[in-house]
This record gives sequence, C-alpha cells and structure tokens, in this order.
Amino acid sequence: MSALTYTIPKFELFAVDWAILIIYFFFVLGVGFTLKRYMKTSTDFFLSGKSIAAWITGLAFISANLGAQEVIGMAASGAKYGIATSHFYWIGAIPAMIFVGIFMMPFYYGSKARSVPEYLKLRFDEKTRAFNALSFAAMTVFSSGISMYAMGKLLNLLLGWDFNTCVLVSGFIVLLYTFLGGLTSAIYNEVIQFFLIVFGFIPLVFLGLKNVGGWEGVKARLAQEGWFRSEILSESMNPDALTHSWKYMGDAASNPMGVEWFGLVMGLGFVLSFGYWCTDFLVVQRAMAAKDMSAARRTPLIAAIPKMLFPLLVILPGMLAIGIAPLADKALQPRTEVKSAMTLQIEKSNPELAQRLAAHNVPSMEELTALGGRGLVPPKIDEKSIVETPEGGKKGVIVFKKHSDGQPILDKTGKPIVELDYDLVIPMMLHKYFPAGLLGLGLCALMASFMSGMAGNTTAFNTVWTYDIYQSYIRKHAPDKHSLWMGRYATVGGILLSMGAAYAATRFNNIMDILQLVFAFVNAPLFATFMLGMFWRRATGHGAFIGLVCGTLAALLHHGLTLPYGSEVGIKGGYLAMNFDVLHTYPSEMAQNFWTAIYAWTTCFVVTIVVSLATRQTKKAEELKGLVYSLTPKPKEDGIPWYKQPAYLGGAVLAVTIVLNIIFR
Amino acid sequence: MSADIRIPIGAMFILMGLILGIYGWSTSGAEMYAKSLGMNMNIYWGCAMLLFGVVMLLFGLKAQFCAKDK
Repeated sequence: MSALTYTIPKFELFAVDWAILIIYFFFVLGVGFTLKRYMKTSTDFFLSGKSIAAWITGLAFISANLGAQEVIGMAASGAKYGIATSHFYWIGAIPAMIFVGIFMMPFYYGSKARSVPEYLKLRFDEKTRAFNALSFAAMTVFSSGISMYAMGKLLNLLLGWDFNTCVLVSGFIVLLYTFLGGLTSAIYNEVIQFFLIVFGFIPLVFLGLKNVGGWEGVKARLAQEGWFRSEILSESMNPDALTHSWKYMGDAASNPMGVEWFGLVMGLGFVLSFGYWCTDFLVVQRAMAAKDMSAARRTPLIAAIPKMLFPLLVILPGMLAIGIAPLADKALQPRTEVKSAMTLQIEKSNPELAQRLAAHNVPSMEELTALGGRGLVPPKIDEKSIVETPEGGKKGVIVFKKHSDGQPILDKTGKPIVELDYDLVIPMMLHKYFPAGLLGLGLCALMASFMSGMAGNTTAFNTVWTYDIYQSYIRKHAPDKHSLWMGRYATVGGILLSMGAAYAATRFNNIMDILQLVFAFVNAPLFATFMLGMFWRRATGHGAFIGLVCGTLAALLHHGLTLPYGSEVGIKGGYLAMNFDVLHTYPSEMAQNFWTAIYAWTTCFVVTIVVSLATRQTKKAEELKGLVYSLTPKPKEDGIPWYKQPAYLGGAVLAVTIVLNIIFR
Repeated sequence: MSADIRIPIGAMFILMGLILGIYGWSTSGAEMYAKSLGMNMNIYWGCAMLLFGVVMLLFGLKAQFCAKDK
C-alpha cells in the first residue's frame, strides 16, 4: 500500500540562521543608502552614469537572470530531464551571449539609445518602439510579480511565514534599495547576490556528491531512475537518457524532454535564446551601464564564464536529489538486508545494471519511494488538504496522475502513479544536508535569487517607463531633475503593480500561465526584427512593425492549432481548433514551445523583408549611422590586451562550451 | 563612482564567515552534523567565506587607496 499523505518537514531556524539573514539584509540596504548621494542625474539613476567595471556588470548580467524561477526551475528540470537540462545553458545561452557581446553591443552601447525600445525608435519608427516598450514594461511587472508570489508561497510552506508579510517585506526591501540607488544599487546588489548564491550552493553540491559517491554514483542512480521511468512508469524515454545530453536527441520519443535535435537547436538555441539574451532590456541594461565600449562588449562574455559552469551548481542538485533516499540513505553503510522486489526485478531483466547499482550502494526503488515521492523529490499535495502537524510540518493528501475520465493512471506493478513536485527539490536538499548555520546561508542564497530577479525587473521597468513611455508620450522635454523624480516614483509604481500581480496569481491560479504565454508570443519573433534592423540597412519601419505583429499572430495561431501529447484543449493549446482536431500533436510541451518560436521567428523574418522591399526607406544613411552594421565603423580594440578582446574571449568561452558538450554527450 | 563594491562584499563575507565558524566551533560534535555527513561544515565553510571576504576586502581597499593617491 503506497502512502496517501505526505508531510513537508518544517525548517527550524536558530539564532545563527537569523544572524546570517539579518547581515545580508543589512548589507543590501546599506548599499542602497550609500549610493543615494551619487544619484544626481537621470543618467546616474537609469544607466549608472555609464561608469561601471566590466567584471561587475558581467556578474550583474548573469545575476539579473538568476532569479528564483531559474534556480528552482533548473534544479527541478535536472531531476526531471537529467543532464540534458544543460542545453538551456550550453545551447540556450552561451552562443547568444557571445553573439550579443561581439556583434550587437556596438549598436546598443555606441548609439544614442538609452534602452532597447529606444534603439527600435532610432532604427525604425515610433510605433515599433511603442509596441516593444509597452509589452516589455508589462512583462517586467508580471515577472517580478511571479517572483514575489513564488517566494511568498515557498516561505509560507517551509517556514510557516505569512504570505502577505513575505510579499510586503520583500517588495519593500527591493523598493528601498532601487529607489535610493537606482541601477547602480541593483547592479551592486546583484554582484553580492551572485557570490551568495555561489557560496550557498557549493556545499549543497559537495555534500550531495560525497553522499552518493561522486559522479559515477550519480550516473548509477540516474540509470536506476531511467530504468524505473521507462520500465515501470512506461514513460517514453531510453533508460539511459538521463545521463546523456546529446545521445538520444535524434528521436523525440527516446529522451525525457520529448524534443528532437532540430527543434532544440533552432527553437531553443537560436530563436528563444537569441531573442532573450540579445533583445531583453533586463540583461542588456547591465551591459549598457559599463564604463566604455570595450567593457560593454566584455560584459556578456564575462557573464558567459560562470553561466557555462552553472549547470554544476543549479542542475546537479536536482540530479542528485532524485536518487537519494528520503529516510536513511544506505550509501555509507554496507548493504546486508534482504533484496527488495524491484531490485530482484532489475537483476532478472538487466543484470549489468544490477551489478552497477550494487557496486555503488544505490538504494532500492522501494527505499526511494518509501514516503510517497521519489528520492528527495516530494509528491504534489492537494493545496486544499494541507493541515499543520503537531511537529510544525505541513501535511497534505498526495496527488496522483489521472486519465481524462478521472481514473488514476497505474504503473506496471498496478500502483497509481504519483505526481511529483519537482519545484521543491532545492528546499528538500537544503533540509537534508544543511545543519543550523549553513541552513541560514542556504536560505539567504535562495532569497537573494528571488530578490535579484525582482530588482532586475524593477530597474528595467522604471527605465523603459520613464524614457520610452513617459518622456515620449506623456511629458516631452521634461527637465532632467523631473526625469530622475519620475524614475524614483516609477520604481514605487512598478513594485506596487508587481504586488498586485502577485495577489492576482493567488486569486486566479492560471492568470500567470496565460500572461507568460502572451509574452512568449510577443517575444518569439523579436530577434528577427533586431537581426534585420542591425544587419540589413534596407529594413524599414513599416516592415519591422508589420513583421512583429504578424510574427506574434503566427505564434498565437501555431499554439492555438497544436497540442502537446496527453494534454487537453485550453491553456496548453488547441483553442483555435474549434470544429476540427488539432493540426499536430507534439510529443511534449517543450517541443510545442520550441516550434511555436520557430514559426513566429520565420514569419516575422519573411514578412519584414517583403514589406520592407515594398515600402520606402524613410531614414537617411546619415541617420542610420551607428545603428546598422554596414554603416558603423568597427569598434577599435587598440591598446587592449588580447585576453580582454571580445573576439578572443568569446572564442575561448565557445571552445570550452563545446568541450563540455562533448564530455557530457 | 567612488564606492568600491568589493569592500561591502568583503565585509559581509568576513562577518558571515566569522559567525558560521564560531558557531561551528561552539557546536562541534553536535548531533546535527549527522546531516552534513558527520563533517562540521560550519567551521570549514565559515573559514572559506572568511578567506574570500578578506581577499575581496584587500583588493577593494587597495583600489581605493590607489584612487586616492591619484
């Protein structure tokens, strides 16, 4: 009989943990107060006076992206997809980061544009900018709202803190330090947060690896997990796929992501990744704060170095967690007890695997699933059923996977299949391995990641609001003092709106999913517009605008006419196919997303070219100088040592990334 | 911008390192270290953070000193 309820353990905080948290908050706010006196002009506030060293903007570049969704989500994917999750880094980030540093930064930093939408105005026209500025501003507000919501929910679940207090306090702290010190304060705090996250997660990975007996131990445990998922749960994947990032990408049915290499490389590696890293003002803003052109170009390249190694820090904890027994892991003791039924089954069907498991003292599947979850990954519990236990933990009824008619889905042994809550991987690892003291540090790292995501969105919002919406449409030619004032109050407004979004998410639980979908539609075609804008001087304003709108519509159309396997019509797609079956069923949601992006990008690319050729170029060559590749002098790198030059730095990062891909293929 | 970020980072890590280290030292042998596989991770990691903090602080102070000389 499998368990029907599950208890999430309570994190007990001691004085030492509180001391560490308080020190962190003291420094975060201290930076804001110290920087206040340097904020004299709007350029200081929004662009840090273009004065910051490359290593600082580089770490802020990576940290602004290292929000909680990233840390929690990547560990969750590590447990779900194994080593293939590293594609989000090695394919889905590094090439685009190198591209933006070497080829695109000269246009952003070198032109008079102060923001990404403003670049669109200078290069194309007002309507293209308005489209981008409005959608981007809305997106930042909702993203930081999601951060607040996720943080409030997590802290409530683990520590029993009140949701409202969490949202108010975290919002207030981020507000205070960005209000006082503007972008510089956000950037400096992002650097602090970067180091905290690194120092908070290294011991976690170290202890987990030591526990399972190193990388070979991880591989053995994931081999058993792969066997269990393919043989017992009948999932469509090769049992070996969790420890290979490329080997099973030839066929969507043999890897757990359900994507094939073309969709992966084009959808994730090209459209989505370049669309994010090259056009998202949240990250580009960090590079634009650098002290000179060379530092601006180096920013994403310096950021790429830690980004390349982050899978070790954020994905590996998830891969470890899935194979560690929730009660007492036996890895450290010799195994003498009677073999379990599942172990005997492995011995019968796959003696080679059984030998490997025995050699690495891997706990049996029965031990791993003893509490209802799998490894340290807890099962999903029904939110309505949660009650507090006398020990302070939260207990709830386990959710099982169901057929569309409500009948539970059974595995090969006849047991109902549990729905896992992968998002709790990191907290469960912290709880398992960190004693008091270290636990405070781990929690601090988690909160730092939530706050860096929020602050990044807030500073991007106040800049786009003030420069691209307020100064352009509401009050033109305002004195600089007024812009600085507006920026400060836009920060307040942005945070208040984010809080509103966080509460909207508690009320309507799929509002955030719908919004994220809308933003995905708006963003998917964007890179086509920028690519044509920067490298094809003939691209016109009408072409760009109509291309963007058509690309967005193409994304909507594609998503509305297709469905991922096993999903019902609704938020997952298929809503436009009213009277007929969907046109195509993808093996997974991820595959559907990648292909939505590919269709959107291609549509935008083609329509922009066609409309541009049919319309007149209204901008003179003189106006396009500094905005288009062929009309811009190449940035000179005289007197800069070779190891600081973007081309060499980018080449080196790319080479190491390729080696990493080969090692973990 | 004359505020060097390495100074507050250094100071923060030194403080956190000291707290972790001292707490680890005063609780050595405690039952809770079974969690961290029998190792007193608070002492080890506290020392590592302290060291990192000192290095950051030194670099930050050196840079500020040089800037003042100019």
